[in-house]
Amino acid sequence: MLSIYKRRRFINALNLTISLLAMAFGLFWLGWILWTLLQLGFTSLSPDVFTKMTPPPGSNGGLLNALVGSLMMILAGVLLGAPVGVLAGIYLAEYGGNGWLATVTRFSNDILLSAPSIVIGLFVYEIYVATSHHFSGWAGAFALALIVIPVVVRTTENMLKLVPGSLREAAAALGAPQWKIIMMVTLRASKSGIVTGILLALSRISGETAPLLFTALNNSFWSLNMNAPMANLPVVIFQFAMSPYDDWHKLAWAGALIITFGVLGLNIIARFIFRNKSNLH
Amino acid sequence: MRDQSVPPPKINVRDLNFYYGKFQALHSVSISIPEKMVTAFIGPSGCGKSTLLRTMNCMYALYPEQKAVGEIIIDNENIIDGKQDLSSLRAKIGMVFQKPTPFPMSIYDNIAFGVKLHETINRSDMDDRVEWALKKAALWNEVKDKLKQSGDSLSGGQQQRLCIARGIAIKPEVLLLDEPASALDPISTAHIEELISELKEDYTIVIVTHNMQQASRISDFTAYMYLGELIEFGETVSIFTTPKKKATEDYITGRFG
Repeated sequence: MLSIYKRRRFINALNLTISLLAMAFGLFWLGWILWTLLQLGFTSLSPDVFTKMTPPPGSNGGLLNALVGSLMMILAGVLLGAPVGVLAGIYLAEYGGNGWLATVTRFSNDILLSAPSIVIGLFVYEIYVATSHHFSGWAGAFALALIVIPVVVRTTENMLKLVPGSLREAAAALGAPQWKIIMMVTLRASKSGIVTGILLALSRISGETAPLLFTALNNSFWSLNMNAPMANLPVVIFQFAMSPYDDWHKLAWAGALIITFGVLGLNIIARFIFRNKSNLH
Repeated sequence: MRDQSVPPPKINVRDLNFYYGKFQALHSVSISIPEKMVTAFIGPSGCGKSTLLRTMNCMYALYPEQKAVGEIIIDNENIIDGKQDLSSLRAKIGMVFQKPTPFPMSIYDNIAFGVKLHETINRSDMDDRVEWALKKAALWNEVKDKLKQSGDSLSGGQQQRLCIARGIAIKPEVLLLDEPASALDPISTAHIEELISELKEDYTIVIVTHNMQQASRISDFTAYMYLGELIEFGETVSIFTTPKKKATEDYITGRFG
């Protein structure tokens, strides 16, 4: 009899060791990436990064135009994409049920969700940039919006589906029409989850390079014109990192560090909001 | 042949059949719910008592695969013929569910929400209405200083009384209670039962319960259901002391179910 228990203990220890090793392997690379990023990023960081424009090789400069361009396009992308995503998510969770329209929407949304972002970049290039004959901030914002939409659709639907049916029934039992049930009860109950989804979409598009490469391109100068090519961090990092110049490399590292910390900050905020919500229930 | 002591019916169910998709959950049920009385539906799980209750405010209309055929006459109108305005029907027929369902808003707004759906009243009238409903539901003293707090912050028993207050606030004529005390501890249950006896002065109350002691304590009339059929319906006293049918007696004495 004893041998059964011994065997179990041995298998348990073996499994634990294997999973710990797998975890260590994963963490090792992540740690290395972060370490390199922090080391090279922080040594490249200086006040100039936040106050000066992207420089020509060999001269002093910063990332201000890229930072502001990124912020503008990300903001526009979220403002365009989030409402569409939330409304579509509401349709799927509250109206669509398992009808054919909802099923088709859900399926195409899943495809869009896993579509490589370069495809989205090419798509916007083809229908917007190629027809208007110039790269622009708006084209970049549209491409980012197309990435935001499926993420927000999915999280909104999931969050609304977490609202217990009994809550909808209770509101209906008081004589509330469906739109009022959605506005006053189910959306309220899932508010923090939906906001979290939008924040996660925001952090997802913060680092997207491919869709911006074909749409906003880049701009070495200060420009707030959304109808003109626009500087942005991912494309600047891409160009600078590929260049042979040391000072451009440094700026690329600084940009990578800024994006990483931006995304980290957004994730922390998202977790914080979501945790506050779960404490309530 | 109606007994002289039986008050006029408020809800008249005639030959009602109910379907969840292909499954038939109610088989030609006919029952008259007397006005300003407490009527209890008892029976084993899955017997159709909640289903019957939920047809009385057309709750099933939320789900396209559910269907009711027959008549439920309230104030001379068949409410399940599909021509009724559900919003005004539900203003007349309130419902409280098994699990407390406070809305994600303040205690005050939980009650004001329903009132605003049916009436336009000014702030001070609303204050009065909220107070009135909370007093009626025996919750006022516990929450009067925290009306702005979230409804979720209350205990289970308080939440359930909040839901009752919310139902009463729109001044319905009928209150449907779907096992309102089954998720509550004995003290909260006692509160709710007391409340039900007080409320029947003004409202017609229909309650579904698993608890036969509860049915015998609080109801005036009792209906015993089994497998989607109404087996026996009559005054609670006679159902519990001298049931006419063997099946009812078996269930009540605990030999079955």
